Formats: sequence, C-alpha cells, structure tokens
Amino acid sequence: MSATQAASDDVLIARIAQGDRLAMQVLYGRHHVRVFRFGLRLVRDEQIAEDLISEVFLDVWRQAGKFEGRSAVSTWLLAITRFKALSALRRRKDVELEDEAANAIEDTSDDPEVAVQKKDTSAALRKCLTALSPEHQEIVDLVYYHEKSVEEVAEIVGIPENTVKTRLFYARKKLAELLKAAGVERGWP
Amino acid sequence: MMATRKKILEQEPSEIEMLLPWHAAGTLNARDSRKVDEALARDAELARQYAVIREEYAETIHLNESLGAPSARAIQKLFAAIDAEPVRRPHASLNVAARFNGFFAKLSPRTLAWSASLGALALLLQAGVIGVVLMNNRPASFETASLSTNGPITRELGAATLSRALVRFSPDARVADITALLDKYQASIVDGVKGGMFQLQFGNKAMTKDEVASLLSRLQGEKIVSLAVAAP
Repeated sequence: MSATQAASDDVLIARIAQGDRLAMQVLYGRHHVRVFRFGLRLVRDEQIAEDLISEVFLDVWRQAGKFEGRSAVSTWLLAITRFKALSALRRRKDVELEDEAANAIEDTSDDPEVAVQKKDTSAALRKCLTALSPEHQEIVDLVYYHEKSVEEVAEIVGIPENTVKTRLFYARKKLAELLKAAGVERGWP
Repeated sequence: MMATRKKILEQEPSEIEMLLPWHAAGTLNARDSRKVDEALARDAELARQYAVIREEYAETIHLNESLGAPSARAIQKLFAAIDAEPVRRPHASLNVAARFNGFFAKLSPRTLAWSASLGALALLLQAGVIGVVLMNNRPASFETASLSTNGPITRELGAATLSRALVRFSPDARVADITALLDKYQASIVDGVKGGMFQLQFGNKAMTKDEVASLLSRLQGEKIVSLAVAAP
C-alpha cells in the first residue's frame, strides 16, 4: 500500500468517526475483499467470512474515534478480522480447526500427487499451502498476500517480531516437507 | 549432548535467511533490503532458497486471488447495522484532525521537503534579524523578533489583536501530538505551510497583546513546537 493511500485511509477514519457514511463506503470498497479473503482463510466458511466483514466494518464505524493512527488502517482491519475470526471459530464448537483443513472451502483442484503427475507444480504448491496449519497459513498470507512487514504481522498476530520471523521460516519448511511428500523437490531445504 | 546442540544450532536459520520472504514481498526497510541483496550476491545457496520463496510468494497470491469476493449481502448487512446505530454528533477535535490529515495527504513529498527547506531558511533569516536588533543595541523596551507587531508586546493593555499565530512544529512531531495540541489550545489551522509554518487560530475572540504574549510563551514551551510567533 502506498503512503498516500495510508494517509487517505486515516482521513476516511476521521470522517467515519464523525458519522460520514460515504467515507465508510469508500473504506469498505477499498478493503473489503482483502478482509474477506483473510477471514475466509481463517474460518474456511464463506457465509461466516461474509458475516465477519460486516462485523469488522461495524467495529470500525463504532471505534473510528479511538483510532490513533499508530498503525496503518489496513493493519488495524486485519487485526480486528483475526480477532473476530478466532471468536467465530470458538463459537463453532463442532468445527475442528486442525482436522478440517481446506474442507469447507470448495476445492476442485487435484491432490498434490495428482498435480505433480500432471507436472503442475504450481497447483501442487497451492494445494500444499492450504494444507498448512492455520497459524502457518495465517503468517504466509499476511507476509506474501497482505504484504505486511515484520512489525505489522507482530501487531496483527500479537506475537514478538522474532517469533514472526521464525514462525514463517518453519511454515516454509513445513510447506517444503508437504511438497516433498507429494513428490516435488525444489532444492530447499 | 554437545553434538545435539551443535546440530540444532546448524539448523537454526540465520537472520538474513529469515528476512528473505519480506525481501521478496518488498516490505523490508532500505537497510535490511541492502543487507539481503549483498548476501544474495555472495551466497548461491541463499539465492536458491530465494528463488523457492519467490515461487511461494507468487502461488500464495494466486491462491488468495482465487478466493473471490463477498456478495452484496455483506455491505447490505453492514449498512443496516449502521442505520440501527445511534446518531453521533461530530466531535470538534476530530474535525481538526481530519482537516489536518487531509491537508498533509494532499501535499507531495517534494512539497513537504521544500516546506522544510523554506522553514530552515526562515529560521536563518530570523536569526539574522535578531542579530541586527541586538547589534543596534536600542534602549527601547524589549522587542522580540518572533512577534510581527511593531510595538513592544508588553504593557499595552486593552489593545486587542487577532488571536492567530504562526507555528512551526518539531520534525518528530506526530499528527496525533499536533491534533492533541490543537485540542488543548482550542486552535484550528487556518492556513497551510508557509516557510515551514502553520497559521493557527486560537478560539474566536480577539486577545490583548499580553494574552498573545502569554499564549506564545506557552506554545513555545510545548515539546513539539520549535517556533511560535504572532501572525502578521
């Protein structure tokens, strides 16, 4: 995200704090897809993810006056999303986070082994990305897709910066193991 | 025991190795980015790992982009909830904050850089003026170069002046600090950066020169204010 957009996000938040609905629509239009995707990767249910974004932006509407601008608005949004997603998961007691990896999101892609047989290593890589643990998926998404810095990930996830770095390293190592098991050798580790 | 420990240490990733994903995403600061570039240039093993990371990076984006977008139901639900919220009254300080942030957002980095340079130049000129005043060694009542009025600022009760001042904030002042200051003094920004200074309006009433002097003195004592002078 550019510095200009970050600054204009701050202005939108200030306007939202005064009850400006148009500013809310602009902020929503700017961020709702990323918020939705981050939430969906966490809760793995489209309906719940859609409910989540309404809740996240309603929180923004209510809390905008308290936003101090110490972090980027997008970082704040992802932190709220994560909190709401974890709360939603706790409410859904019948869902076992570890066991249902990728089952709720409709996935028509091949298994990693099949993808490898078709020489589609990109598809195998994507499949293995969905098979990572939630905490590994989350950190991979935040760094690669949401382009968050070490400091921002630490803030969103609520862990020390060094833990952010080591967690991503071990997420990547796990990914390499999953790929290796599927027959993909990439020369690392 | 020692062998196990040695093995663990060998498996521990180096700092540079751990920074590679952020380098691929372009979110490292300039210093770390340079360190990683240098390491990649001299370490073939690291460069191989970096190539693997770039694949992961591309596929993570591909995977997320394939997730689609929410339906219109989400925004309808949001605004229905907002409609049900109590109507809120605008808060004065937030008005100021929004205007202030908006003002900065409109300035390009080049404009800001020029403003800072002009501010520095204005400081030098002001120092020169102060020097000339002292050199002249005038026996008249004390005058300050920071006040744009020609007469002395003290002992002239009754003569009311506009309650405006030019203020330069210190370079490390954050927007939140400035907003808090504006709030504290019931001030608003009435004009943008000129010579690195903002013109502030203090309340709606005119002030006597004593009041202005007192205000400027208090402002000058603020940590985030590097210069406060009466507006011309």
